[in-house]
Amino acid sequence: MSAAASQSYIVRGGTLIDASGTRPDDLAIVDGVIVPVDEAPSSAIEIDAGGAVVSPGLVDMHAHVGEPGDEPVETMRSAGEAAVLGGFTTVLAMPNTFPPVDTAAVVEHVRILSADALCNVEIAGTVTVGAKGERLAPLGELAAAGVRVVCDPGPGIQNPLLMRRALEYAKPLGLTIAQGAEYLALSGDAQMHEGEWSSRLGLPGAPAESEEIMVMRDIALARLTGGRVHFQTLSTAGAFAIIGAASGSGLPVSAEVASHHLALCDADLAGYDTNLKVTPPLRSAGDARAAASAVAAGRVDVIVSDHTPHSSDRKDRPFDQAEPGSVGLETALSVALTSGLDIESVLRAMSWRPAELIGLGSPTDRALVPGAPADICVIDPNATYVASVASMATNGTNSAVEGVEMRGRVRTTFVGGQLVVDQGKVMA
Amino acid sequence: MKHLLSIEELETEELRELLRITPSFAEVASRRIAKVPALRGQTVATLFYEDSTRTRLSFEVAAKRLSADTLNVSVSSSSVNKGESLRDTAETIEAMGIDAIVMRHKSSGAPWQLTKWVEASVINAGDGWHQHPTQALLDCFTLQQSLGDLADRHIVIVGDIKHSRVARSDVAAFTMLGATVTLVAPPTLLPPAIHTWPVQVSHDLDQALTDADAIYLLRMQNERQNEALVPDMREYTALYGLTAARASRLAASVPIMHPGPMNRGIEIAADVPDLDQVVVIDQVRNGVAVRMAVLFMLLGSGSSGLPVIPPPELAGASS
Repeated sequence: MSAAASQSYIVRGGTLIDASGTRPDDLAIVDGVIVPVDEAPSSAIEIDAGGAVVSPGLVDMHAHVGEPGDEPVETMRSAGEAAVLGGFTTVLAMPNTFPPVDTAAVVEHVRILSADALCNVEIAGTVTVGAKGERLAPLGELAAAGVRVVCDPGPGIQNPLLMRRALEYAKPLGLTIAQGAEYLALSGDAQMHEGEWSSRLGLPGAPAESEEIMVMRDIALARLTGGRVHFQTLSTAGAFAIIGAASGSGLPVSAEVASHHLALCDADLAGYDTNLKVTPPLRSAGDARAAASAVAAGRVDVIVSDHTPHSSDRKDRPFDQAEPGSVGLETALSVALTSGLDIESVLRAMSWRPAELIGLGSPTDRALVPGAPADICVIDPNATYVASVASMATNGTNSAVEGVEMRGRVRTTFVGGQLVVDQGKVMA
Repeated sequence: MKHLLSIEELETEELRELLRITPSFAEVASRRIAKVPALRGQTVATLFYEDSTRTRLSFEVAAKRLSADTLNVSVSSSSVNKGESLRDTAETIEAMGIDAIVMRHKSSGAPWQLTKWVEASVINAGDGWHQHPTQALLDCFTLQQSLGDLADRHIVIVGDIKHSRVARSDVAAFTMLGATVTLVAPPTLLPPAIHTWPVQVSHDLDQALTDADAIYLLRMQNERQNEALVPDMREYTALYGLTAARASRLAASVPIMHPGPMNRGIEIAADVPDLDQVVVIDQVRNGVAVRMAVLFMLLGSGSSGLPVIPPPELAGASS
């Protein structure tokens, strides 16, 4: 945020939760940083956090923000509002924009555009030119422009030799290669998860193994090269078990799960609702339970929104012609809490762990202590509401959790000490 | 009943009721003037996104015999070819005042989307690999003509189950009526979670046929060998085709069924369709009667909860 955050605040009556633990305490915000309450000026505005949880701001490692190139559907402004309403103070913008983020010039352009966002925007670059999976993008140039994560959004680089080269080349640059995990030669033209429901609904399915094979491949390549791999939106019980074993053995790998994979499953597709078409597809109910356990156990590091806004014309189609994806910035936290996960696990997976993975500092750097940046959200863990895309700030019309009753909602968000959400409403 | 989308969404009693009223519609077809005024003033549109001769004609004849007006939307020559979405096409034809849309679409589930966009009744005339409910109705009716009550009868369905909307609809309908179903196919042509279906599975056609009360052959498409689902058609025919030798071992009372169009020489040997026990033409004939029953149930007095047997004044020949 460019404006000087001159207004001071005292956040009172809440329960602070960060990497150092859980305790009832108050905090004050002066000039964009956290200070002890007795240092706040008398002009400080009191923010009531009674009954609420105060957390370091959430960090979304996986959001498609529309700009540049898809402005009729989403902009930095609308995605940024959605982010801060969902408690996110930083989002990592995916690079499959138009043009794609495959040169330093585009990084700079996106950085300029991101001034419209109410949240901080980190910028991912592509691994390959145009994210086409053919030849390497200028990774050194991207790293020099401030990129820390590179990614070809989608199923992941299919060619194992290219993936090896990317990992080798990226390693000394300090870049993490993030990618999805779907072995397309096995999943083919899949429209959903392969199983009982694909058999009934007559839709081609992607077996869980098409994800697990890719995870095993990239773990092997991480071992071979020492390069850092972050697995995007894993969705199968088998993949969670495999990644858990690999990260436990010290390999430089991490993983995320999309919030909708915690809450929904393939049986929900019985009415062919295209808003439930996402990639990877909604898996079995057992996979959804395994996703929640993997987050609780830390086998999966991060919960992401995988925010993918679309206009209605991209979804008002027969199922196999509809675009995949769901909006998620405003609901990811609620969905995670509704899935039954404890709030400490949810905040680890949505705040300080993703911050660490995208290079924003260690979990203790992000703790709610004097001197830390005042990126903060206040969450009412017992609030309930029914998700409704019509009342969301995103311009996308496609929510996988439309009509679902949610538990837990963001009440207040500060970005860089500035109050951007209060009482669940965007300020200014 | 507002729509007919799938057999699985029918109550068993609704399925039985449709089969119970079908003979009175079959009777209409046998009249010199094969037409009753049951749906006079109503309009039925057929919207076929896949080529089909028999199903479209069958619905059209059924609607005409009930005195409904019919309107064929020819997809290949319409604005669909100019990129119009299914939603816009459906809303456009509905705006012209229609009471039912009969749709065939290559995408599984497309009729479910359609019901969100239009007020008209939607009849699924085949969606992707998923459902073809009127085919299942006509198959049940044809089987009942041959076998009577289907309870505890053993029906063997052979062929490409995985990609077949006919198989999905027939399995649901046959088992709803109490029949035992055995699916015979190579493992590559079965749906992945076949163990969750209420059927037996076999890879040995000869064994399955030993106690079959009926055999139902599915159309086998050449492209399946390019997808490495079967080695080649010669092997498919040898293992899963109704060869002359296999047909000769069937009792004469065992009806041989096929949804058409047949690939003679692939799933059925060239001369087998000429056997007396082949009921493919009965299936086509019965298709008109069951589609009349469906249209009447959705649009006629049946749709308002009144008695579904056509009252005499409606059943009389028009003109």
